[in-house]
Parts: sequence; C-alpha cells; structure tokens
Amino acid sequence: MKKLMLGNAAIAQGAYEAGVRLVSSYPGTPSTEITENIVKYDEIFVEWAPNEKVAAEVAIGASIAGGRAMSCCKHVGLNVMADPVFTVSYIGSNGGLVFCVADDPGMHSSQNEQDSRHYAKAAKILMLEPSDSSECKEFTKIAYELSEKYDTPAFIRLSTRVSHSQSLVEIGTRANDEIKDYKKDIPKHVMMPAMAVKRHVLVEERTQKLIEYAENCPLNTIEDNGSKIGVITAGISYMYAKEALGDSVNYLKLGMVYPLPEKLIKDFAAKCDKVFVIEELDPFIEEHCNNIGVKVCGKKNFTLLGEYTPEMIAKVVLNKDGAERYELQSDIPARPPVLCPGCPHRATFYVLKKLGLTVSGDIGCYTLGAAAPLQSVDTTICMGASVSAAHGMAKIRGEEFNKKLVSVIGDSTFMHSGITGLVDIVYNKGANTVIILDNSITGMTGHQDNPTTGKTIRGEATKQTNLISLCKAVGVERVVVCDPFDVKAFEAVVKEETAADEPSVIIAQRPCALLKSVKYEGKCKIDQDKCKKCKKCMSIGCPAISVHDGTVSIDPSQCNGCGLCISICPFDAIVKE
Amino acid sequence: MNTNIMIVGVGGQGTLLASRILGNCVLGEGYDVKVSEVHGMSQRGGSVVTYLKYGEKVYSPIIGKGEADVILAFEQLEALRALPYLKKGGKIIVNTQKIDPMPVITGAASYPEGILDTLEENADLTAVDAMDLASRAGNIKAVNVVLIGILAKTSEIPYEKWVETIRSTVPEKFLDVNLKAFDLGYSI
Ligand SMILES: Cc1ncc(C[n+]2csc(CCOP(=O)(O)OP(=O)(O)O)c2C)c(N)n1
Repeated sequence: MKKLMLGNAAIAQGAYEAGVRLVSSYPGTPSTEITENIVKYDEIFVEWAPNEKVAAEVAIGASIAGGRAMSCCKHVGLNVMADPVFTVSYIGSNGGLVFCVADDPGMHSSQNEQDSRHYAKAAKILMLEPSDSSECKEFTKIAYELSEKYDTPAFIRLSTRVSHSQSLVEIGTRANDEIKDYKKDIPKHVMMPAMAVKRHVLVEERTQKLIEYAENCPLNTIEDNGSKIGVITAGISYMYAKEALGDSVNYLKLGMVYPLPEKLIKDFAAKCDKVFVIEELDPFIEEHCNNIGVKVCGKKNFTLLGEYTPEMIAKVVLNKDGAERYELQSDIPARPPVLCPGCPHRATFYVLKKLGLTVSGDIGCYTLGAAAPLQSVDTTICMGASVSAAHGMAKIRGEEFNKKLVSVIGDSTFMHSGITGLVDIVYNKGANTVIILDNSITGMTGHQDNPTTGKTIRGEATKQTNLISLCKAVGVERVVVCDPFDVKAFEAVVKEETAADEPSVIIAQRPCALLKSVKYEGKCKIDQDKCKKCKKCMSIGCPAISVHDGTVSIDPSQCNGCGLCISICPFDAIVKE
Repeated sequence: MNTNIMIVGVGGQGTLLASRILGNCVLGEGYDVKVSEVHGMSQRGGSVVTYLKYGEKVYSPIIGKGEADVILAFEQLEALRALPYLKKGGKIIVNTQKIDPMPVITGAASYPEGILDTLEENADLTAVDAMDLASRAGNIKAVNVVLIGILAKTSEIPYEKWVETIRSTVPEKFLDVNLKAFDLGYSI
C-alpha cells in the first residue's frame, strides 16, 4: 500500500519497521514531526527530553542496553547534543543507534544556517541523506543495519524540503524487535583515556571500512545518460537537479554523504568533460572532490546562501532561463510572522517596552517581541542564552544598568538550558531579574508538552516540574508569579524586582492563546463614539487591530477576545461585543 | 506534464487542511504526488505557501516562478505575492478578504490598491468572498473548503471523489459544515 507521507512521518515509519524500541528527542523545526509521529506506534517508548543532550544520552543508553534507538533534532540541536555524540562514536552501538538531524537551508524557522555534514566528518560517524519520503523510510532501515554491522552510530541528515514535503511511501511491516544481550564491557563502554586510546584505533579502521562500503553501496548510484556533463549531488538537491536537467546529464547521487567514496567519484568524473557539484550550504562534497584531485564546478557558480532552485541549476548548468512570468513591483509589503492575537507574550513586552528596559532575549515565540511595533527584545543568541548573557552584560555595565535589564525565557527553553544560567547568577553574585514566560506549552515548534506542563508526549499525566521550587532550590529567594494580562500588577512587579539587589525570578503565567483550553468570552470591539484615535491600542502590535481612513477597528475573524487592548485603552473605548 | 498548484495564505487560515484534501484526492487517481508545506515560525501569522504537484513523475517538491497552473489564494495580498509563480495564462482563485500585514498595521507600508485588477490582467481570475460563503455554511473557518470547492469544479476529478476525500480527511464533527462549504464553492 502506498501512502502520501511527510518525510518526517516516513522516518518514523522506517524506525517502526526497523524494530526501534526507544525514541528520545527535543523538538525543533523542521525535525519535530518525526518524534510526534512515533506516538502512533504503541511498541515504541517515546519521550520529549528536556534538551537534545539528554535526549541523545537516553538513546545511547538504550542502544548500549541492546535496543534499537533514535534521537532527533534540528541542526542547532546537534550543537547541544555534540558532547555525547562525539564520544559515542568511540563506543559504537549494541542495539542500532541513529541520530536524525534536520538542517534548515533558507532559515525558514532558525537562527542560523549551519551545515550538519561537518559534524559527521568531525565525529567520524556515517551520514545518510535521503531526498524524498520513500528514501526517508528506506534509509532509516539501512541506517540501523549499518549501525549494527559497523558498530557505529549513524546520522540521517534531512533538510526542510525533505522533512516537510509529502511524497509516496510503500508501507511495510515491523521487523523483529527483540533486544540484544547486554554485557558489561568496560573497554568498550567506559571512555577513559586508556580505553579511548584503543577505541580510537577502531574508529579509524571503521572509517576505512565505510569508505570501501561507499565505493559499492546501493545508496550511491550512477545514472549514465550518455552525456559529457556530470552532476554529483545528494538529498533534495538531487530532486532539484532532476527537475531542471532531466536526462540531459549524468548523475552520481550520493545517498551516503559521509564518508564519501574516492574511486567511484574519480571514475564518474573521468567519463565527463565537466562535472558540477550541486549541494546546498557548504562545499562539503566539493572539497572532498578537490582533495582527491577531481576538478569540479561548485560554489563559485552557485551560492553558499539559502536554498537552491531548479531554475538556478538550469541557469548554471545549461544556461537556460526560467519560464516567462509576471514581475512584482518591489514595494509590496512583507508579511512577517507575528505574535498571535491573544498571545500572553504581547502583554509582557508591552510592559517591558513601557519601562524602557534592556531585554536579553531567547528563542521561542517570544523572539517575535523584537519585531515592530514592540521592538522590545535586544538580543537573541541560542536557547538559554538570555539568562547567562544578561549576567555577562550586568558584570560589564554595573548595577545601575542591571536595574534596567531583564532576561525573558519561555518555560520549555528555561528547562532546556536556562536553569544553568540561573545557577551561575546565584553562584557568582549576580542580581539579575529573569522573567520566565510560562505559557504552559512549547509554543514555537507547534505545542509540545515539556516538564512544566504535567503531561507526557502521549498526553498521559505525569509529575510536573514546579518552577517556583526549582528557582528557590538554586538559591533565588525572590520568586514571584504574576499574570501579564493583569498589566498594572505586572508592571509593579517588574519595577520592584528589577530594583532589588539580589537575583529574582518573575514567572509570567498565562497559557498560550492557541491552547484548546483557552477560551475568552466575546470579541473586542471599538466604541467609535468614545474612541479618540490616540492609537495606543495599535502600539501592542495585535494583528486584529488596524486603522482604515483614520478609523480604528478590530477584525472579529482574528480577535480572540483576550482583552489586552481593553486594559490599555485610556478612554475605555474598547468593549466586549 | 505535471500539474502544479500553489496554495497561499496567511498562517492560521487553514491552508494545510486544503493541501491535505487536495493531496489525498489526486493520490487516489494513481498519480505521483508531492506536497511541500511550511511548518514552524512562518505559520505564526506570516505568509504561508504550499506547493502541490502531480503527474506521471514528480521530482522537485517546489514550484518555480512561471510554473504554477493554478494559484489558490486565501487573501488578496498573498495572491499578488504569488503572481510571479503563475504560468502564462494560468488560473487564480482568490478569496477577496484582505488581512493587513504588520508593516501596514504599524504604518510602515500601505496595503496595495487594485490587486484584483492586476490579477485580472495577468491571470484567468475567479474572485470570491469565500468568508461570506463559509459563514453561510456555518463557520467562517471553512474558507479553505469553499476554495477547494471552486478548484474542484475546474478539475477533471469527479465530484463524488472530492466528497469522499473530504469525508475521510475532515474530522467528523466539522463534516457537515465542510460539505456545505464545499458545495457552495463548487456551485459558483
Ligand atoms: C538547541 C535548539 N533546540 C531547539 C530549537 C527549536 N526551538 C526554538 S524555540 C523552542 C521552544 C520554545 O518554547 P518555549 O520556550 O516554551 O517558548 P514559547 O514558544 O512557548 O513562547 C524550540 C524547541 C532551537 N532553536 N534550538
């Protein structure tokens, strides 16, 4: 039976068919739906871990214990899981071990555009790269076979267009999922210098064996169309190349992007007058070609930035122009993402802006607090950095600056890596104010539960991390819970806590407006008789409020009735319908 | 030759359900199909674009400029933004609703005038107040299925097949409203 499946869903199906027993991940676009789809399979233990490092370690433990295991993340998540990943390369696998990592060329939902293939090379771990959903499923199964056969973890590299495209997949059945024996094996499992020195030798031998495998493996395929032009490509770029060039060139499609073959590439190139390497982001395959003395056209003709397109490829390789089209005038307004109507973060940023505070920001829906008109956020680096970077800022600029400085961090992000920064502040005598934006969910990535929500990924009730006790336990004595929609009270709390000479945490508590449990009675409406057109309500950047011909109005199809505009209107000109 | 359909709108308007219905519907006809969606950040009230391609063999899941046979637009400005993707002589089905993007709300930009005229000059245009039809069907959220209904009418796929797909794709509790919405679109 063939089904139309998201690349991510196909990875999950592949894991199921491969007899995987455990999946532990932390969400991150575009990887999230792999783990969400695992929930469909009752045979697999699945969880959201608090961060990627923990997730990878859980999977490693499962593998050592004999079960096939998986951990999935987005490209920047791999930075967080890098520590255990580099060392498990030495340990290898017992039950097959696969890390899926999804890159985001074009940065549809990311803070950078890093290329994960470098990690495969640096950690000496094989990496497969599927180009559609059918390959997602097949490559996942092959990854488990290779992992066990070569005693290694395996990477599967995805990209946004593979993860988030649906194509046809043949559904199969689950293989034997019996777990392997667990044997205590100190030289293999305890990575201290004396053992690791010996394991490193094996890792290098393994890479040589995998290169031999790459020369003949069914994942690396040649399509000889009798052309004098050759194209070496992988992943989604293969699909773009086929679309643009059809059968007019020869292809070497690399399903395994690390380690790369030598002879296969040399033989392929020898038959062509000109060889193009078509790969998004960094010149990873291109540099390998250069290293083995194969002359190719690559990044000089293409780009290091963003996504490739078939049109770009047709232009470079065949000097063919794209289809005739209408050209836009350049001045049409962009439509950037915004905080949703009813978003509790809007109230928080309204107050922070009003008080003129410097805001050390973090990653989540609330990053949008940097966008006009609120423009409240000063910095965004990576998950958790709002807390630690503010500590650094305060140490440089001193007490007075610190009294006008706050960190903002979501509940999921605080659990991910904010807590360690808070420990640092307390330990090293900081006096920062940290605002935890507790909207009871991991919003940005599409509503995943986390340790503060009291529910598991399967929706089962579980113990809930108590943020108040947690902050108190690390030594913060001033912990206040406040609803940001109670604008006046919230403003007073922020003033008081920033003025204090010791660390403080404000838990800004109000659930995400998109949660099913959140319902506000009635929609908001402008009473045109009372409206003085001061446009204060426009300053909160609610997408439901707009002005046409000088008249302010609220779009009922967008308003969710949260009432924030009502509480800030100085003339009581906004009412519930 | 593949058929290329683009679905464009504003995050939160229900474009994903539209692409799911379309995808499932053409799937049953024995074609190769690819659907490319956008998840994550841009879904939060930003421009969203879904590509749907079907035919004998589909490689790239993305539709290039000048290659779309049909653009199904949930909002006027998004229709205009997508216009460069339309094939010469291609079809645009647009919901006449206007949603101000944030740069317009803040006054940094203004909402372009005369979009429907531009679309008319450059495409085979069907412009409908789909929100009105959706509310007549019983729920303003059914705009997506109204638009699918209009598209269905222009396709070779029979009416029954569309209805069957909606039945198997839409949750039971919204089925009546959606079937009504589909019919309102289909009978335009
Ligand atoms: C290391 C890393 N992992 C994952 C992500 C993806 N990501 C971005 S924000 C976010 C969580 C946001 O949740 P929360 O902090 O609760 O804030 P909300 O979006 O709910 O406001 C995630 C998982 C990332 N950017 N970096």
